[in-house]
Amino acid sequence: MSQVLDTPPPTQASADDDLAALAARHGLSVSGARPSLPEYVRQLWARRHFITAFATAKLTAQYSQAKLGQIWQVMNPLLNAAVYYFIFGVLLGTSRGVPDYIPFLVTGVFIWTFTQSSIMAGTRAISGNLGLVRALHFPRAALPISFCLQQLQQLLFSMTALVVIILSFGIPVTPRWLLALPALVLQSVFNAGVSMIMARWGAKTPDIAQLMPFVLRTWMYVSGVMWSISKLTKKDHLPHIVTVLLETNPAAVYIDLMRYALIHSFHGKQLPPHVWAAATGWALLAGIGGFIYFWKAEETYGRG
Amino acid sequence: MAEQTEAKIPTVIADGVDIVYRVNGTGAGRGTATAALNRIMRRKQAEKAAGVRRVHALKKVSFVAYKGEAIGLIGTNGSGKSTLLKAVAGLLPVENGHIYTHGQPSLLGVNAALMNDLTGERNVHLGGLAMGMSREQIKERYDDIVEFSGINEKGDFITLPMRTYSSGMAARLRFSIAAAKDHDVLLIDEALATGDRKFQVRSEERIRELREHAGTVFLVSHNNKSIRDTCERVLWLERGELRMDGPTEDVMKEYEAFTGDKSDKKAAPKKAA
Repeated sequence: MSQVLDTPPPTQASADDDLAALAARHGLSVSGARPSLPEYVRQLWARRHFITAFATAKLTAQYSQAKLGQIWQVMNPLLNAAVYYFIFGVLLGTSRGVPDYIPFLVTGVFIWTFTQSSIMAGTRAISGNLGLVRALHFPRAALPISFCLQQLQQLLFSMTALVVIILSFGIPVTPRWLLALPALVLQSVFNAGVSMIMARWGAKTPDIAQLMPFVLRTWMYVSGVMWSISKLTKKDHLPHIVTVLLETNPAAVYIDLMRYALIHSFHGKQLPPHVWAAATGWALLAGIGGFIYFWKAEETYGRG
Repeated sequence: MAEQTEAKIPTVIADGVDIVYRVNGTGAGRGTATAALNRIMRRKQAEKAAGVRRVHALKKVSFVAYKGEAIGLIGTNGSGKSTLLKAVAGLLPVENGHIYTHGQPSLLGVNAALMNDLTGERNVHLGGLAMGMSREQIKERYDDIVEFSGINEKGDFITLPMRTYSSGMAARLRFSIAAAKDHDVLLIDEALATGDRKFQVRSEERIRELREHAGTVFLVSHNNKSIRDTCERVLWLERGELRMDGPTEDVMKEYEAFTGDKSDKKAAPKKAA
C-alpha cells in the first residue's frame, strides 16, 4: 500500500501525463481559454450591470472636481457649438444657403462628436485599462461597449442642449422627432462595433491612438458636419463615385438622419438615397462584424 | 488512507509551465526612432535581431493544489511568484505546458476598477459588479463590506470620494471589497501588508473564512509571519524554478536559511536544498 503524504512531493517532469489525466478526471479546464461565441454573449449579458455602472461612474467622475459639477455635461456641448458657430457661421459665412444653419451645425457637431469620441475611447479601451484587464476576469468587450455607453449618455446631455437651441430658433416639434430614436440606436450600434475593432487594434499597437485624431478630423471634414452634402452633390461637376462615397459615409448618414428628424426645414430630398437601409446596414455590419472581430482575440488582451 | 486520497479534489494543476516575457526595445541603443522602425519592418524576422528580449520567468513549474488548501508562494524578488499567480488566473499565456483549473481563479484585487473621484459607497457597488457579483449580492453584503473595512469607525467616510481617504483607509476598503466575494480559487498578492495591525488580524481571519468557503487560496507574501499564520503548504520559487514544495515549516526553515533571515531562532542556518 502506498503511503499518502499530506502534501504531494515536488512533481517531476515524468509526471506530466499523470497531471493531464488527473485534470481530465476531475473535469478541470484550461485556464484563460477563449469562450465560445454564444458563451461569450452570455457572459457579456451577465455583466450588463457592470457595463452600465462603469459608464455612469466614468461620466460622473469626469466633472466631480469641478465647482459647477455636472452642469459641465451641458455647458461643454453648448460652448463647443458656440465656437463652431463663431468660426463657420460668423467668420467664414458657410451658413449661406442652409436654412436654420445653427441648428443644422449644432446637430452635426453633436452627432459627429458621439461617433468620434466613441471611436477614440474604443481605441484606448484596452490599452488604457490594462490594470483592470490584468486584474479581473470579465468579457473584455464590456470595456469598449461601456465607453460607447458613456458617450451615449454624454450625447443625451448634449441633446437636451440641442432641443433648447432648436426650440429657441422657433423650429416646430413634429412627429418626425420620433425618428431620432431609431437613428440614435443604429448609430450607437455602429459606434460600438467600430470601437471594438479599434480596441483590438489599439490593444496590439497602442501607437494607433496617436494617429486616430488625424484620421478622425479628416473624416469629420468629409462628413458634412459644417456644410450640406446635398448642396455639394447637386452640382454636376463631381464624379459619380465621389457622390456615392459622400452619401454612404456612415457618419454623414447618421448626421443627416438626425437633422431630418429634428429640423423641420431639412427636407427629405436632402437625405442621401436609401438612407435607412444604409443606416441599418452600417450598424449591422459594424456591430456584428466588430463584435466577432473583437472576440477572436479575447484571450490575448492585456497579455505579454 | 484510501479515503484521504478520495477526499482530495484538485483545484489547480500546473503541468510543466514555462512562461516567457517578450520586452520591446531593450537592446543597447535600441530606444531610438530608427530602431523602432527597424523593429516594425523586421517583425517577422528573428526576435533577437528585432531587439526583443526574452525573459524566461517560469521554468517547468509543476504542482497540484487541492481543495481546502492555503498555499504560500515565497521566493526572493523577481523569482516569478506574481507571474505564477497571473498565469494561474489565466491572465498570462503559457509558453509550454498547461494550467488546469476548477472554476475561474481570481486575483484578489479590484483596485483597477475603483475610481478615486467616486464615493466609497459607489466604489463598493462598482467593485462588486466588476468582480461579477450581482446587484442583489452586493446589496446583501454592502453592510458587511463597510463594517469590515472599518471606514465608518471614525465618522461617515463612506459617502466621501475615495480621493479623500488616507492610503491606509483606501487599502482597507479595497481589500474589503475584494474579499467580499466567494471564489473557487483565490489568489492573493501581498494583500495582507495593508492597513494597521488590527486590520491585518481581521484580514487573516477573513482569508481563513474564504478558504473554508472557497477551496484553494494562494498567497504571495514577503512577510514570513503571515505565510506561517495563513498557509499550511508552501511553494518556494527561485529564479523561475520550483525549488521546494512542502509543509510550511519545512520549507520556511530552508528558505530562511537561504535568505539568511535570523529573525526565526528555531531555524538553524544550514545549507539550502
